[in-house]
Amino acid sequence: MKIHLSNSIWIGNIDPFIRSFDTSNEKVFEITSHKRWVSVHPVILCMISALGLFMRKHRAKISFEKMEATSKHYFHRMGLFELLKLDSEMKIKPHESAGRFIPIQQIKNSDELGNFIKDMIPLLHLEPKKVEPIKYIMSELINNVLEHAVAPNGAIVCAQYYKKSNTIRMGVVDTGVGIKDTLQKFYHPKNDLEAIKFALTPGVTGTTKRIGGGSEMNAGAGLFFIKSLAKTSRDFFMIYTGRAMYKLLKNPKNKQIKLMADPLKDHYSSDDNLPFWKGTVVAIDLCLDDNIDFKELLTAIKKVYGDGKKNLIKERYKKPRFI
Amino acid sequence: MKEIKVYKFTGDFAENKDIARKIRVEFIIPALEKKNKVILDFKDVESATQSFIHALISDIIRKKGVESLNNIYFRNCNEIIKNIIEIVTNYMQDSY
Repeated sequence: MKIHLSNSIWIGNIDPFIRSFDTSNEKVFEITSHKRWVSVHPVILCMISALGLFMRKHRAKISFEKMEATSKHYFHRMGLFELLKLDSEMKIKPHESAGRFIPIQQIKNSDELGNFIKDMIPLLHLEPKKVEPIKYIMSELINNVLEHAVAPNGAIVCAQYYKKSNTIRMGVVDTGVGIKDTLQKFYHPKNDLEAIKFALTPGVTGTTKRIGGGSEMNAGAGLFFIKSLAKTSRDFFMIYTGRAMYKLLKNPKNKQIKLMADPLKDHYSSDDNLPFWKGTVVAIDLCLDDNIDFKELLTAIKKVYGDGKKNLIKERYKKPRFI
Repeated sequence: MKEIKVYKFTGDFAENKDIARKIRVEFIIPALEKKNKVILDFKDVESATQSFIHALISDIIRKKGVESLNNIYFRNCNEIIKNIIEIVTNYMQDSY
């Protein structure tokens, strides 16, 4: 397995990065990077960490080429080398991290999730109103991993707040069974892209065939809520699982936001022929400007959730065939 | 009347579904089965996830019918929590 970190990888331009994965050698995980400057979305750090842990568990060797880029300290500060138990060969004076980032963390159970949620808030130094959607997103995404992914390494997460754009960028990654496998029992998705479509549709959960009410512990609403948050903030949201990626694209500022129950009616791009990712990668950008009102969003979701579910139920009705 | 202080179990952010299940199984259901009314008091809880509320009440609606909501009262909910409770109770009633 070989990956190369180019000088800039964000959700908007993540496609070529993923397409460039070289999966031919399973015995070595080789990471190389741009020599002058490397600037990446937190989800990239999560992906490298998750892959590293996964491959090491499968007795592969990790070969991280010594970074030369001036931005190399960022990777150190985010805890990438520490998590992978690699020597970064960097000597860095630690300084106060508040107000900027949540370093890479591995979360394996609900107690760790609870502690993570408590600990992450002070790190971001944001006013409570702005923290609500962040807590919400992280909690729901990590819960999804813990409940559905069957990932021995749990969820690998990190986030970074960007003051200039007032945006938080978050990544949650696992190397579990992937969405298609999770939904296989009740929904039989034909491929990974259809599995993503199901997962983003309100009322669909891998734990029951019942649309809407879900099961005792799952309703199939979490990812729809999160996609809706990204859409409301006119930002990116991405899911990559198996061979497919779905990317919610930015909505132009002059365009009215309308939440869609059917993810294929959103402004999106997709690819279903990518190198296979065993598990699921989720990335989201969220602008924290005042125009994002969590309460209003929930009101909008309430309406769309009902409509979307009615459509799904309608699709399931068998009609008599008159010939 | 059985009163349950949700904050005592969850702190200000109610997200842990295992805790939601515990409240449901150990407190809400036994009280309803004794024909008691239940008050879920969300005082000091600032936010909750849909997953938490779902794990807290959906199975009661599914198993005991929507009439069970006549015996459950939600107290001191802020707008976020009210909205989430409404989303969950709506989709549980619409489900088939």
